[in-house]
Amino acid sequence: MSSPFSINGGACVAMVGKDCVAIACDLRLGLQALTVSNNFPKIFQYGEHVFLGLTGLATDVATVSDLFRYKVNMYRLREERGIAPRTFANLVSSSLYERRFGPYFVSPVVAGLDPKTGSPFICGFDSIGCIDFAKDFIVSGTATDQLFGMCESLWEPDLAPEDLFETISQALLNAVDRDALSGWGAHVYIIEKDKVTKRLLKGRQD
Amino acid sequence: MEVLLGITGKDFTLIAASKAAMRGATVLKTSDDKTRSLNKHTLMAFSGEAGDTVQFAEYIQANAQLYSMRNETDLSPSALAHFVRGELASSLRSRKPYNVNLLLGGVDPISHKPSLYWLDYLASLAPLPYAAHGYAQYYCLSILDKHHHPDITLHQGIKLLTMCTDELKRRLPIDFKGMVVKAVTKDGIRDIEFDDDKVVKAA
Repeated sequence: MSSPFSINGGACVAMVGKDCVAIACDLRLGLQALTVSNNFPKIFQYGEHVFLGLTGLATDVATVSDLFRYKVNMYRLREERGIAPRTFANLVSSSLYERRFGPYFVSPVVAGLDPKTGSPFICGFDSIGCIDFAKDFIVSGTATDQLFGMCESLWEPDLAPEDLFETISQALLNAVDRDALSGWGAHVYIIEKDKVTKRLLKGRQD
Repeated sequence: MEVLLGITGKDFTLIAASKAAMRGATVLKTSDDKTRSLNKHTLMAFSGEAGDTVQFAEYIQANAQLYSMRNETDLSPSALAHFVRGELASSLRSRKPYNVNLLLGGVDPISHKPSLYWLDYLASLAPLPYAAHGYAQYYCLSILDKHHHPDITLHQGIKLLTMCTDELKRRLPIDFKGMVVKAVTKDGIRDIEFDDDKVVKAA
């Protein structure tokens, strides 16, 4: 109950589709059972096709997202190009492992498209940077159990962008309804080769 | 049992803090001001561990004023909130972290948009239309959920604040000795007369 990972609550999920990926998060910020804010997004953009979802302790969500903004900006200046999702995933991994014995209490999720081939890429991490590569979906946050159940039953290979949006939205919305620490609206990103669509879902407000 | 409240409205941000300075079960002072102004249009209220609160608040105040003098511009409320969060976050992973909860209210000097930021001792930052800290959260947030609108006038804001303090007087077991109330508008920070002597009895 007082684990740093479940003080503030929150949920995040990423899915692979046909030539597209999707990433979604809830909007709740709480203190145990008390909801403090219902507008606390957990997805951050670090390039044209690179997205990071962060669940866990709210202070570390902010600290880590700011840290990667700095690191990715420095990367862009040095390399004179944007960062690729796979490179970014390795940056996340090594940055988290730097804090091996005093970790940031976050469970990151990376979603994006490879800038050269356009192939979908998603992966998740534990709080000390162990990468979990997946070719279907990644879940994180206080509603992981529920999200695994929803994703296992709804997801199928090669979903078109519109179908992927419906799948990820229903997976998230129905998962957070069975978790007291997540919910209060959602952000959903659908990432395609030459289009990124962001949608705000109202969701249940109770 | 310290109370911090913040309410934003059409063109203002209200910040209120309880006047009791307590140590254990003893009230040491009944006219404590738990706020510091960071610049002309940003006000910060604080609660938490005795020595930490004023030390941290005045450290932030000094840095905000130093920035204003060096650059001949004030930092916006949003910029200050993120600066404070950074300081509190680095303190959190130090040998002796500051145990301070904050409300930061202000009006943007250019756009005149009112804003309110909620920060706890873990350095979690949330921009909110209305906020509270400590036990006051459990009593006041539901009242504010029901009655707050983003376009209320200052007069309506003060009435809302009175509803909150009445409920606190009714339900909190210890007298918090009334509130210091300040309003931030585009013209600066202003003290608000607030009736503390009204007795509210539980139903």
